[in-house]
Amino acid sequence: MADNPQVPEARQRPLSPHLTIYRWPVTMMTSITHRATGIALSLGMLILAWWLVSISNGPEGFDSFHAVMDSPLGLLVLFGITWSLTFHFCSGVRHLAWDLGYGFSKKDSRLGSIWVIALSVVGAVAIFAWVWTGHGGYLR
Amino acid sequence: MNTPLQRVQGLGAAHSGTGHFWRERVTAVALVPLSLWFLYVVIGLAGTTEVSALVFLAHPWNAILMAAFAVISLYHAALGLQVVIDDYVHSPGSKIFLLLLVRFAVIATGSTCIFALLRIAAQ
Repeated sequence: MADNPQVPEARQRPLSPHLTIYRWPVTMMTSITHRATGIALSLGMLILAWWLVSISNGPEGFDSFHAVMDSPLGLLVLFGITWSLTFHFCSGVRHLAWDLGYGFSKKDSRLGSIWVIALSVVGAVAIFAWVWTGHGGYLR
Repeated sequence: MNTPLQRVQGLGAAHSGTGHFWRERVTAVALVPLSLWFLYVVIGLAGTTEVSALVFLAHPWNAILMAAFAVISLYHAALGLQVVIDDYVHSPGSKIFLLLLVRFAVIATGSTCIFALLRIAAQ
């Protein structure tokens, strides 16, 4: 089939949305980040399961969880998950607004993306700063 | 040989209607208050011992809310991951493998969370 001279070779046309050609608009960034943070949060559910199991296992079980999560790498992962949650939350609320028919104009969609990025970063940093300055642990 | 009516009732080439889309939205709406509550809990338990977490999660309302958060999050995750797989994985073999993996992993994680919560409640 491939050698059939009757069939012209398919021309290699660029595929939409031309990821490698166009400068990325901010709306494209937030769209793919919503997906990426969703995948990260799915993996984060494994940490939630481990946390609950470690609590049910008594002091030794909890200490091993705490030792891993309190390490620099553990804290980095926790910060990543926290930001993923604030981003996916803000971006998800924006998705629900779209479902109700709001925020589709060029100006609004750009502004919405910028707001989602700003709020998610401020939210995640605020949560970590709040805990680090000793304001967490109020359910003791 | 379908009449237009039967084609509509047969749900077309996708074999499903808007069910997936709708379940994704319903779980998203439920997760808005639940994830705010979850943040309140993890910040409130940050830096405490396992006894604080144990006492907090042994309370029925907190256990129910945590179970709801875990189960609905995992359901929402399964729906979302399915879309990612549908979009990017095109060979039928790996597609079925990954779809099964997501479903099994979600059920295993959810059962583990609920079992741990029951064990906490029993202590």
